[in-house]
Amino acid sequence: MSRTKPKILAIASGGGHWVQLLRLRPAFEGCNVVFATAKEGYRADVAGAEFRVITDANRSNKIGLLKSAWSIFTLLRRERPNVVISTGAAPGFFALKMGKMMGFRTIWVDSIANAEELSMSGAQAGATADLWLTQWPHLARDGGPTCMGNIL
Amino acid sequence: MILVTVGTDKPFDRMMKVVDRWAAERGRQDVFAQIGEGGWEPRHIPFVNFFEPVEFKQRFAAANLIIGHAGMGTILSALLHGKPILVMPKLARLGEHRNEHQTATAKRMMELGNVNVAFDEAEMLAKLDLVDRLTAREPIGAYASGSLVEGIRNFIWTGKGTPP
Repeated sequence: MSRTKPKILAIASGGGHWVQLLRLRPAFEGCNVVFATAKEGYRADVAGAEFRVITDANRSNKIGLLKSAWSIFTLLRRERPNVVISTGAAPGFFALKMGKMMGFRTIWVDSIANAEELSMSGAQAGATADLWLTQWPHLARDGGPTCMGNIL
Repeated sequence: MILVTVGTDKPFDRMMKVVDRWAAERGRQDVFAQIGEGGWEPRHIPFVNFFEPVEFKQRFAAANLIIGHAGMGTILSALLHGKPILVMPKLARLGEHRNEHQTATAKRMMELGNVNVAFDEAEMLAKLDLVDRLTAREPIGAYASGSLVEGIRNFIWTGKGTPP
């Protein structure tokens, strides 16, 4: 066990990705956690915890993606977490890719919505993550994601 | 109250048209919809484009039944609130989503537990007539359980995951 409290950045876009991220909260017990998502309105979900708003985008909006990447870069630079964890989608992809380059450890939990194949962001972000998880046993494989259970 | 929701992403006109038609034919006054932005607007159902997260929760808590797209936000919220749910998958080939995952999600969630699925408009129309008979299981707990949480915690503290 580390002696100092690890700092976690838990980041996801809104909707289902955010709901899944919140369900992992007990895993962050004893850590300093900063939550980040796309809407101010989600702040109430993590009352009492650190909360940041980032710019969300999806791959049909290229300018939006650049803005999103920039907002996540500035967040990472400011927070300097030990571990970055995400359940997706685009913001998580950026956070894991950039977080990895900045020397932070990374965890990708692929959305339970991806029951047949990994998401595009998941396959790319997961491959370079330090811990790459799928929530479906039939999608786990050597050299690919591991399954440790699901968020239900 | 029946809450109809298409999620935070694109509208879902195919489903909204069926539900709107059903509400009109059956004279249902107890339906409220969240339809997204830029889509077709129902004629017989009151609606909003989006809910703020707080209102979304209040609406879920107050509803007896959820009808929605097969998104995990919608499905998990229904399970958390212990509400019966009927979903219809959005299809990427019809431009309703960016990839074709919702059909698989719907099938798997149907196998796992208390999610009812209509795969097309005809099935939705048929199942809408049975919705008053749908019941939900006990709400799921607020958090993920056991092995996944443990595995992530171990990784955070020791740098290693728990082997499966």
